[in-house]
Amino acid sequence: MTDTSSISRRKGPRPPSSHWGRGAFVAWLFIAPALLFYSAFVLVPIGTTLYYSLLRWNGIGVAQFRGFQNYLAVLTEPDLLSTIGNAFQLVLYFSLLPVGIGLGVAQVIRRHLGGPFGTTARAILFIPQVVPLVAAGIAWSWMLASNGVISQLLSLLGLGGWSRGWLGEFDFALPAVGIIGAWVLLGLCTMLLVTGIAKIDPTLYEAAKLDGASGWDEFIYVTVPGLRQEIGVCITVTVIAALASFDIVYIATGGGPGGVTNVPGLEIYRLAFAHRQVGLASALAIVLMILVIACILPIQWIMRERGR
Amino acid sequence: MRMTSIKAMGVVAALSATALGTGAYAAASCGTDPVVLNSYFETGFPLPTRLSEEFTKQFPNVTFDIKEDQFANLMENSPRVLAGDNAPDLIRLPSISDLVTDGLLKNLDGYFTEFGWDKFPASQLVQLRINESGRPRGEGPLFAMGLNYSLTGVFYNKTLAAQIGMTEPPKTLAEFDALLEKAKAAGIQPIQEWNAPTAGFAFPLQNLMGAYGDPAPINDWIFQKPGATIDTPSNLRATEHLEKWIKAGYFPADANSIDYGANMGKFIGGTGLFLFNGDWESGNLDKQMAGNAGFFLMPPAVAGAKHAAMSAPLTYGIGAKAKNADCAAFFLNWVATNAEARKINVDVGGSNPGGPPDLPIPAVAPGSVTEATLAAGNVLAGDNGAMDFIANATGAIFAEGWTPQLQLMMGGRTDAASALTAVQAEYEKQLSR
Repeated sequence: MTDTSSISRRKGPRPPSSHWGRGAFVAWLFIAPALLFYSAFVLVPIGTTLYYSLLRWNGIGVAQFRGFQNYLAVLTEPDLLSTIGNAFQLVLYFSLLPVGIGLGVAQVIRRHLGGPFGTTARAILFIPQVVPLVAAGIAWSWMLASNGVISQLLSLLGLGGWSRGWLGEFDFALPAVGIIGAWVLLGLCTMLLVTGIAKIDPTLYEAAKLDGASGWDEFIYVTVPGLRQEIGVCITVTVIAALASFDIVYIATGGGPGGVTNVPGLEIYRLAFAHRQVGLASALAIVLMILVIACILPIQWIMRERGR
Repeated sequence: MRMTSIKAMGVVAALSATALGTGAYAAASCGTDPVVLNSYFETGFPLPTRLSEEFTKQFPNVTFDIKEDQFANLMENSPRVLAGDNAPDLIRLPSISDLVTDGLLKNLDGYFTEFGWDKFPASQLVQLRINESGRPRGEGPLFAMGLNYSLTGVFYNKTLAAQIGMTEPPKTLAEFDALLEKAKAAGIQPIQEWNAPTAGFAFPLQNLMGAYGDPAPINDWIFQKPGATIDTPSNLRATEHLEKWIKAGYFPADANSIDYGANMGKFIGGTGLFLFNGDWESGNLDKQMAGNAGFFLMPPAVAGAKHAAMSAPLTYGIGAKAKNADCAAFFLNWVATNAEARKINVDVGGSNPGGPPDLPIPAVAPGSVTEATLAAGNVLAGDNGAMDFIANATGAIFAEGWTPQLQLMMGGRTDAASALTAVQAEYEKQLSR
């Protein structure tokens, strides 16, 4: 690949500063609208959250400077720490299940992408993505009630003894919330992975077949490496969804029973609006942001396509 | 009767006559110029809107600009709404402590004198008094009024009650226990109660606290009086009693996954003999279980002892920056004292309309639940047994204290003593922050 701009820069004289200045000005002009919105709605709120996290403030009255005491509370209070632990448990459900199932589906419908089976399967699997999270949460909480569809199915199978209010059980509430999240995210992951698999050169599969590769070998040595970028995007999106989860938990369990499904997003909301401890809520939000970045950066690094 | 003649005499005469009716002198009024009361009500409760319609009918110069929000949104938004330039004249208040601390609510002591609210039973307004520093509550200036005064106790299904031979409400806690045991033995769900996403078990618990002990120390705790604790010997006995009920299987096994709406559906559908809840459901039950629902106050542990129950005002305040504060105060006074308003209050709200004790309670259908809850209100007033709700002690004690602890207890993950200790620790933590 030839980089013509670099050649011309090497060969030609340096452009006059006035010309460069005009180019920069035009560039900034193009960037400015996006930068303005990004600053107003992302950078400034992050800055103010950082500032609030150093205060003791109820959101209305006079604020007091507290230094890093709010951060100390976040990192030492068991109730707040446990919310972070719950969020990491949700990662297992929100990420592994949709990506795993999505990969399996992509492999199965790879050969039928253009046919009615492939189209129908893709449409059905994408449906959860267009259902509002709140509606999904409500529908699932009905299904997971002691007299809901799940328990009815168990009774039909002769497993009536297992019928229970799943979202109210200490041992099952978090996995149940995780399954709701997995269902919601499955559509996105499947769509990304099916689209990605269509771009893999079919000759690679033919070559693998000629070499005597089994279906499993094809999956491991052709499909997964070919979908590395899509898998990276899926994992990134789903890990963020798990760590920053709020709506599904709020609707399905409200953090209960006994706090076993409480997550940082819900706790930030409660601290800010019920406790009116804007400082502590902001500190937890900053810690959550750092945790999300700390999880996402290695994923991005691992999944980055090498060898360019 | 008085108001009928008032309407014929015109608005100005109406205002002075109403003021005289409550024994006050030239009190604040809505005047004769057009007034738009900026109002912020709670979604799902038609009472304030119905009252506003009647008010406009009687005082045509006053109209209402009504905005509504869910209770949870009111909790979040009320400080910012009250701090804004267009602060509401009338606002439904989830809690008043923080709002008073920040100077967002109007001190109503002036109206208290003007309208003669000293004739109201002091116990009606005590929960709405608060020290200007934000704590304790229960004393100091008046910062809100009740649109009505609700009461909690035990609803029961008359058909199921007949099946176990219950001919009259229990008079002692032991009698109540015997009925629960009978229901369980007969294969009837003894108590239909919700415990998600917030702990409905706080209702039976506080009723048990009232059965075992004096409500005053519980109110002290709710009002954040210095040194107050919920972890008292009588409250421990009450919590242990609740634990006994849980272990005996008197609550639904999946109570931790049943929410308020689903629970009401089950009780109305005939599942469950007893339901701990408040009289805001009286009108609903009279419609949906006509003739088949009854109500009684939680019986005391000792025969003949006084009753105690949660009873709280439907709190409405006036913004410190309200443009029509006088008219809003006049409206609040009218709600408590006007015959038509009191009738709407009882018909739509199902609760005691409050006001001076010499004003009659509007008539309701004989044998209705509303009749039973209103009568229970009189018994409670006689016993001076009203308590605020233990969930109102701090803004987050329900979400962070009672709900997780009562869910843990239902799940067998904690015991009564540990639950009370944990709630007290959470309370102290919240007050120290």
